[in-house]
Amino acid sequence: MPAVFRFALNDLPPEAESLRAEVRNFLKAEFSGAAPVKRAKSWGGFDREFSRRVGARGWIGMTWPKAYGGHERSFLERYVVMEEMLAAGAPVSAHWVADRQSGPLLLRFGTEEQRQRILPGIVRGELAFAIGMSEPDSGSDLASIRTRATKTDGGYLVNGTKVWTSNAHLSDYAISLFRTQVVPDKKHEGLTQFLVDLRDTPGITIRPIIDLAGKHHFNEVNFTDAFVPDQARVGSDGDGWKQVTTELGFERSGPERYLSSIALIRELVREVSSKPDDRGTEAIGRMVASLATLRAMSTSVAGMLQAGETVNLEAAAVKDVGTTFEQSIPELAHALLDVEPTLDTGSDLQQVLGYITQTAPSFSLRGGTREILRGIIARGLGLR
Amino acid sequence: MTTDLRSLLSDTVTRLFTDLATKELIEAAEKGTWPDKLWRALEEGGLTLPLVPEESGGAGGTWLDAHVVVRASGRHTAPVPLAETIVAGWLLGRAGLAVPFGPMTLAPVHADERLTLARSGGAVTVSGRATRVPWGRNAEHVVTIGELEGRLTVALIARGAAAIEEDRNLALEPRDTLIFRTARAVAAAPADVAADAIYLYGAMARAAQMAGALESCLTQAVRYATVRKQFGKPIGNFQAIQQSLAVLAGHVAASGIAAESAFRAAERNDARFEIAVAKVRVGEAAGVGAGIAHQTHGAIGFTYEHSLHFATRRLWSWRAEFGSENAWARQLGRAVAARGADALWSDLTAR
Repeated sequence: MPAVFRFALNDLPPEAESLRAEVRNFLKAEFSGAAPVKRAKSWGGFDREFSRRVGARGWIGMTWPKAYGGHERSFLERYVVMEEMLAAGAPVSAHWVADRQSGPLLLRFGTEEQRQRILPGIVRGELAFAIGMSEPDSGSDLASIRTRATKTDGGYLVNGTKVWTSNAHLSDYAISLFRTQVVPDKKHEGLTQFLVDLRDTPGITIRPIIDLAGKHHFNEVNFTDAFVPDQARVGSDGDGWKQVTTELGFERSGPERYLSSIALIRELVREVSSKPDDRGTEAIGRMVASLATLRAMSTSVAGMLQAGETVNLEAAAVKDVGTTFEQSIPELAHALLDVEPTLDTGSDLQQVLGYITQTAPSFSLRGGTREILRGIIARGLGLR
Repeated sequence: MTTDLRSLLSDTVTRLFTDLATKELIEAAEKGTWPDKLWRALEEGGLTLPLVPEESGGAGGTWLDAHVVVRASGRHTAPVPLAETIVAGWLLGRAGLAVPFGPMTLAPVHADERLTLARSGGAVTVSGRATRVPWGRNAEHVVTIGELEGRLTVALIARGAAAIEEDRNLALEPRDTLIFRTARAVAAAPADVAADAIYLYGAMARAAQMAGALESCLTQAVRYATVRKQFGKPIGNFQAIQQSLAVLAGHVAASGIAAESAFRAAERNDARFEIAVAKVRVGEAAGVGAGIAHQTHGAIGFTYEHSLHFATRRLWSWRAEFGSENAWARQLGRAVAARGADALWSDLTAR
């Protein structure tokens, strides 16, 4: 076959499994008795106090060097913590982005000063990050961004607008991609990443964008002559595209790309268990077959990360297959049961279905659309 | 076997199939010619009995070694009962029985069929009817599992002891009815295996064969998309084709790891969950994957002249053999339902 993917089977080592028990006990103490619909919102939950407690347990920045407050544990141990958090529906948003991509990006490309200043705070669960990539006219075509960072004395003056910036209104920093040079016909050149202080930068205005369910997590972030100092530049001027691609690799590889509907999966199993007929058991059997297979794919990627391999292609495959699966779960609920999705009344199943139904369209958009991911896979197949 | 040795095994078996499992050979096999040369090469290469201990004439390998061989046989759509012989050899080994050379098959393959074992004087006899036995007419021996004097027993029977009604599957592979009328077994012994071990490990083997055949679909479709030109350029330049081949690639990746996970679980002799997962997931991939491969190939892929159908007709048959996706999904779903919603995650992560 075309040697596209290398999904080697990966066993989680004993130390990862003993850590799992620790994480479960912690989560049990935190959330026992929490309503299923609350747990369904795992990713949407932004709770700085919770993130601090997670940090205190040593579960943020797990793989980072001790010199920056990290714990020098394996990617596989980190994987176990991540999947347990998601399965339990923990409100992880206040540390997830920093732990998953912003911190690793700084470790890879940041200056020593940036690492010393920022990473220990992330590790303690005290610094929350947003992602400054998309713009009103640049979504999938990320390299077409126009927000300009113009060189000035001691730094850059930034003008432009970022959108879909989740939790910008709650976060401390946003790693942001700006255009520092306009190179005609070479849109991938002249891009640079910056560590932008969202709390303390004059010229930044953050406005809410309300999602279809009436909730505020998205924002529009406007920069008007916002001064960003030289020390905030991440990597060399013009290296932004290479770096942002690496960052997206971090963003796409985790278990959040197939576990978004786990709360609904659980409620469906609960429903079928109460009256296990052929139709119901067939449906949950198929569902669990996909779930178990995705977990094997995802742990395989974790093993490759541990081995220091590049996972961009495999991560794209996990995310594409994973989000297709996540989005199939509300459909399965409708195929199987006579149930109306609800907001805050009705059964647990109804409320979880209501929440997942209204969130599901985002699964195959965030972190790279389905079409972009399939384009990446097609390139791996040699078709592009 | 270490990972390095296993990749050596993979190279060896791939070379053997590339050289011998040619289009001409598969076509001849589909017309009823037993591919003796291929089979002998497999036997001489020690590839037919990977799980039989070395002292019994096998390769003394593991299920993960067997996976390499079975997957490759699916990738090359090799028209021989290699998977069946491998499982049969393993069962005989579990029962401490000597393993004969030559192709073997397994019976019965349906969950609701049974062959009856009885003792008659010093001998064990086999009676009953087993339908759609793979390669029944070509096998030299048949391995079955039945209850004898209250114990699960593996029995080895010469195929000549059975009457045969010939039939075939969509891929023109023999799927024959074997009728045993108090046929004397060559050997029989109790074994510590599941009562439905033939069905179980047969399903696992088909999952790996399908994962291999899906790889063949992807390779062929990608190759075709890069050489076939329409509107002045290779059709693989069109996003519509790229996107659907990416979907196929996702199914290939999922199938490969699902099948391999099952073989690894077989290593610890506790693979029912993983086998059900693999048969269901790979079976679903077979449906979608064969569809995309054909759509990419257009009309040429619909001809007998083209080789795509070697893979797709097998996928269409194999997904229903040793239990359909629905049957395995029900078994899996019943087990999940019995454990309940709150055990789902902890059970999944304990695998």
